[in-house]
Amino acid sequence: MRGIVKRFGEVVANGGIDLAVRRGEIHALLGENGAGKSTLMNILFGLYHPDEGEILVDGTPTHFSGPRDAVGAGLGMVHQHFMLIPRFTVTENVILGMEGTNPLRLDRRAAARRVAELGETYGLRVDPNALAADLPVGMQQRVEILRALYQGGRTLILDEPTALLTPQEVDDLYAILRRLTAAGGTIIFITHKLREIAAVSDRVTVIRRGRTVGTRTTAETSAPELAALMVGREVLLRVERPPAHPGEPVLVADGLTASGEHGGAALRGLDLTVRRGEIVGVCGVEGNGQTELVETLAGLRRPDGGRVLLKGRDVTGADPHAVRLAGLSYIPEDRHERGLVLGFSLAENVLLGNADDPPFSHGGRIDYDATAAVTRRLMTDFDVRAPSPATPASSLSGGNQQKLIIGRELHRHPDALLAVQPTRGLDVGAVEFVHRQLVAERDQGRGVLLISFDLDEILDLSDRIVVLFDGRIVGEFASGRVSRAELGLRMGGRGVDEPSLVA
Amino acid sequence: MATPLIFAAMGGLLSERSGVMNIALEGLMLIGAFSAAAGAHYTGSPYLGLLIGAVAAGLTAIIHAVWCITLRGDQIVAGTALNLLGIGVPAFLLQRLFGTAGRSPAVDRLPSLTSGLNVLVPAAFLLAPLVFYFLFRTKPGLRVLAAGEHPRAAESVGVAVDRYRYACVIASGVLGGIGGAFLSIGDVSFFTTNMTNGRGFIALAAMVFGNWTPFGTLGAAIFFGAAQAVQIQAQATGVPVSKELIIALPYLLTLVALTGLVRNSTPPAGLGRHAAAD
Repeated sequence: MRGIVKRFGEVVANGGIDLAVRRGEIHALLGENGAGKSTLMNILFGLYHPDEGEILVDGTPTHFSGPRDAVGAGLGMVHQHFMLIPRFTVTENVILGMEGTNPLRLDRRAAARRVAELGETYGLRVDPNALAADLPVGMQQRVEILRALYQGGRTLILDEPTALLTPQEVDDLYAILRRLTAAGGTIIFITHKLREIAAVSDRVTVIRRGRTVGTRTTAETSAPELAALMVGREVLLRVERPPAHPGEPVLVADGLTASGEHGGAALRGLDLTVRRGEIVGVCGVEGNGQTELVETLAGLRRPDGGRVLLKGRDVTGADPHAVRLAGLSYIPEDRHERGLVLGFSLAENVLLGNADDPPFSHGGRIDYDATAAVTRRLMTDFDVRAPSPATPASSLSGGNQQKLIIGRELHRHPDALLAVQPTRGLDVGAVEFVHRQLVAERDQGRGVLLISFDLDEILDLSDRIVVLFDGRIVGEFASGRVSRAELGLRMGGRGVDEPSLVA
Repeated sequence: MATPLIFAAMGGLLSERSGVMNIALEGLMLIGAFSAAAGAHYTGSPYLGLLIGAVAAGLTAIIHAVWCITLRGDQIVAGTALNLLGIGVPAFLLQRLFGTAGRSPAVDRLPSLTSGLNVLVPAAFLLAPLVFYFLFRTKPGLRVLAAGEHPRAAESVGVAVDRYRYACVIASGVLGGIGGAFLSIGDVSFFTTNMTNGRGFIALAAMVFGNWTPFGTLGAAIFFGAAQAVQIQAQATGVPVSKELIIALPYLLTLVALTGLVRNSTPPAGLGRHAAAD
């Protein structure tokens, strides 16, 4: 790809990108969120058309008017959010769009055989007759890869492929990718995680703000160099975290049980203690009760059994406002759905949940001047880059939105802080800031409960790590005393005590 | 009694399996019923009348398709508009064409094969296996299902989602129109305003009750049709129960069936969702 430019109205998503991928290599595309990686890949895959620049395949300029052309040229895309149809079988998902020539008869058995053979060839074993919905995430990804191969893909684009995988599944994926390149395939691997670059890629191209800033051979570069290229300045990759001095328990869950969205038990007797002055990290694969745990603690979901204690007081089943007043602040996982009202200004968003207290209001009348003053101070303290408190929240970048939420929540001087995926979708610079804030809160004697699907984040920040599996805590480790592999096994449910058959 | 319900419900099934909500069945049936009667009047042939009824309802369904698919409009609003159209347009045309209000002149009925059964009755029962084979055994069927379950995924592998949806919505119009025609030129020999009497909605209920499967829908349509037959019998023989209650029976059964028994229903996941956000 040469000199690619793509504009959306005023916004320049790609402002001159060069990318040269060699046959048979694993080429990583590294960039922060919003740097233009996805736009670039959508152009490559024929979903968008570039305003300038050209795409060359084997040296010939090529024009893709849609995904079909890209597939015809041997490209295959594995989307970040899998494009599988849950109620279809593996075979149906793989053959969709290329079902064969007979319009009146679909030979599912022959198709299933072909899918199984293809899987055998590349070591992508998966039951062709299983329903996609019944497969674990790692398997679903294999189906996506199979589909790309089935459609004749020799160059596969993987968009953030490890985001939803356990460490073991990530290792399996790396092995699959190496087998594919050994068989003559080419891989473009999109990521914003530095660790993955070193683990799997041959070369790496870094883009920043829509421009290529460099291509390196992986073996000849280092993580700090790549991070600096990606962000444009030196970045601390690890937060300084002096030893913790845990105090008395501040947030305690005692035998919590709760049902999930679709009925069914989501929490099955969960015990958890967070002390003052420590960060407790909860790791686990998505869907093992994280959402229900967070909602129960924050007062958004009524537990079926068990107790929640905040500073020793029973707040089980209290409403969110009461829980906040009792001293819990909550940084929600989805800042658009829970954290902010996007149509509101920054000041109005700061007002949310604070409107009852001075200086925000006096005797039921909201003091907008004072609110704006507090907002301005938070904007300075928490490095929220925006023109004024009257700016609508929707016009801020994800990082700045998140910093505003953190500012608002910490302004209350909580005793306990519930941080759920606090850096999801943030760039390296903002991640560094958020992490430092969390450690600072800990050092001021607050209890921090960190829930994240990013194992590196858990490992970097936590003083204690607990593993959540199937609605229970199945393991607890002191920081630095546990390997990624050990955590990965626990997250996958290995080592969980079998229920005793002897009474 | 079940025949018009089966046609309309199969039409609804096709449309919804492709991902387009179709609450316009009532209106489409009315358009079909009126056009069939008018067509039979002018051509003198009930078969041509049936064809005209089917085509007219199919054309009307295109409005729904353009609104919902091309213009990405609200599918409920579009359906409601078509239902109102189904009441208003025939009433207006009755006045203009025949100078009557509420009822068309008598026309020839579709001839009976045997006592009281015209050709549409066996056709209705053949429809379910046909729809089943199409959806679950053919390539276009697989693509229709994909469009209904996950339009973006279907699009990403090159399935022209919108085209399949158009075809299905139009097919639902044609089938709804045939169902309506059965009422005006099969059952009786004239059209009256709003003669479907909610059958389009009962057909919709049959589809939901049948969990969006062809045979389930067929069974539910037969059940609801039987309820209507019982109601008419009960009225005719004078069962000592309040007349209003008997008339309400099929509707009450529909309500009970829908609220009580469809806990485990699974509508197509992509119902009402569009392919690309572009």
